[in-house]
Amino acid sequence: MRDEPILKISSLDKFRGKTQVLHGIDLELYAGERLALLGHNGAGKSTLIKSVLGLINAEGGTISICGARPGTGAARVATAFLPEAVSFHPALTGFEQLKTFARLSGEKPDIAALLQRVGLGEAMHRRIGAYSKGMRQRLGLAQVLLGRPKLALLDEPTSGLDPISRQDLYAIIDELAAQGTAVLIASHALTEVEARTDRIAIMRKGSKVADDTLAGLSAQAGLPVKLRLRASGDQADRIALETGGRRINGASVEILCTPQDKMAELRRIAALGDAVVDIDMVPPRLDDLYRHYSNEELN
Amino acid sequence: MRFLAITRAELTILRRNLWIFMATLIMLAFALALSFAGSAPTGTLGVDMLTISVASMTTLSVYLAPLLALMMGFDAIAGDRDRGSLALLLTYPAGRGELLAGKFLAHLAALTIAMVIGFGAAGAIAAWFGGAGAESLLALARLVLTSILLGAVFLVLGYAISALANSTTAAAGLSAGLWLVFVVLFDLALLGAVVMDGDGVFTQSIFPWVMVANPADAFRLWNIAASEGVALSSGMAGAAAALPTWAAPLSLLAWPILGFLLARAAFQKVEP
Ligand SMILES: Nc1ncnc2c1ncn2[C@@H]1O[C@H](COP(=O)(O)OP(=O)(O)O)[C@@H](O)[C@H]1O
Ligand SMILES: [Mg+2]
Repeated sequence: MRDEPILKISSLDKFRGKTQVLHGIDLELYAGERLALLGHNGAGKSTLIKSVLGLINAEGGTISICGARPGTGAARVATAFLPEAVSFHPALTGFEQLKTFARLSGEKPDIAALLQRVGLGEAMHRRIGAYSKGMRQRLGLAQVLLGRPKLALLDEPTSGLDPISRQDLYAIIDELAAQGTAVLIASHALTEVEARTDRIAIMRKGSKVADDTLAGLSAQAGLPVKLRLRASGDQADRIALETGGRRINGASVEILCTPQDKMAELRRIAALGDAVVDIDMVPPRLDDLYRHYSNEELN
Repeated sequence: MRFLAITRAELTILRRNLWIFMATLIMLAFALALSFAGSAPTGTLGVDMLTISVASMTTLSVYLAPLLALMMGFDAIAGDRDRGSLALLLTYPAGRGELLAGKFLAHLAALTIAMVIGFGAAGAIAAWFGGAGAESLLALARLVLTSILLGAVFLVLGYAISALANSTTAAAGLSAGLWLVFVVLFDLALLGAVVMDGDGVFTQSIFPWVMVANPADAFRLWNIAASEGVALSSGMAGAAAALPTWAAPLSLLAWPILGFLLARAAFQKVEP
């Protein structure tokens, strides 16, 4: 039995003028869980996050954050947010800005240590006007770490960050999750969320089209597994012919098969004997799954 | 006292970008220039020099106080929204009213510093060189106080514009327009109406009330009506005489409150 979810969204509808930008979204997020929310630009990720924050009102459905409605005092205290491409007043220093956020939240943390933690130790007393995009993003992240949020909503947190900083960011996300925070990461950087999240939800044109672990998504999608064989000598053509595979770069052959047929296919290949020197198995990656779920015509 | 966090940050910003320093300098320079240039030919009329100086500075403040206030106010909401930090601020426990109040307090403090130092110094110098009675010292105190009130009006009107505008640039443009309407065009239109109407009903009974409804004119009337010495050197005495004495103070005190409520309502509709 699981505990109550930190965040529970039920059949959420949101309209912009006459166009519906969220269609009956259901989503649950539990303590310590890291959820990747994926979708093309305009899929509705930011809109969903803003609804959870109470910054916009949805026309239908309900949202509950630890039992509180969005925008209420209790919900605000429980929630931390990192906006998409955030910036701050250029005349303040990073330290002053974070101090202001701490005062607003009523927390009394070690500001300098927090800034150190996100890699702004050297720059904390410089003006934000002189910060790079990545440094402003780090400052934004530092305010997420104020207090111990029950729920953290990060909108495109890695945009503007170099690869090393992304690693740091995910390390911090892991720490958050380890202390029990439910973390939602909206992103379209697929490869990095693949290994760094517990569950993946995919949105397409305002609807949630998938919501499962990576393994679960793979199984549901039934995407073909790739078998890559290396043939000995000049056997590649013969093998391609016998297995119905496709020749790629000289001595290799690629075979696509469904997950269920995988074992049968392997036995068939084993029967080819010495002609096959090596074999690699490539399961579908998040890229493939994402393309599958976000392009699929559902209605 | 969460809104004090906003106040402190805003004050740091105003100090850091030299806004307080520049505003004080501008007030001081203009006040000094005006009170000396204005008092030279009339210095021997029997009123002390501070009285004349206050009259000149009243005219100055009608233009400068709204201008300085709008220059701070127009960015208050639009700036944060353009930067994307407004969405973040609004997820903190402080409500929208508190955010607005926090900024207002900081901006009002900055205005107060500029007014007190600018007018105070110019007044002190005029008093030193040309003498000052209790009457004219009171007029100076009233000028400083009403200038701050006038600034408060245009601060909150600036916030309303900042909330309604689509961008910071648009807010700046709208603020300039607002200043022009309240400080210049309104009086011109009234003057035109009075000229057309001659000595009719409008001039007799409506005109003074329309005039006092404008905070800039209420500011003038309050300073003039309350001080005979200042009234001597002004042509507004007629209009002031037609109104009860509470009219101008009521207008100038009501505007900041109404303006704040207006700004608060406009802010409520802002989607960060
Ligand atoms: N302020 C707004 N006014 C009107 N439409 C909007 C506004 N913000 C977003 N939208 C529309 O809502 C849809 C979802 O946008 P968004 O949630 O920002 O997508 P994402 O974050 O996934 O890129 C898009 O079609 C977008 O054009
Ligand atoms: Mg977005």
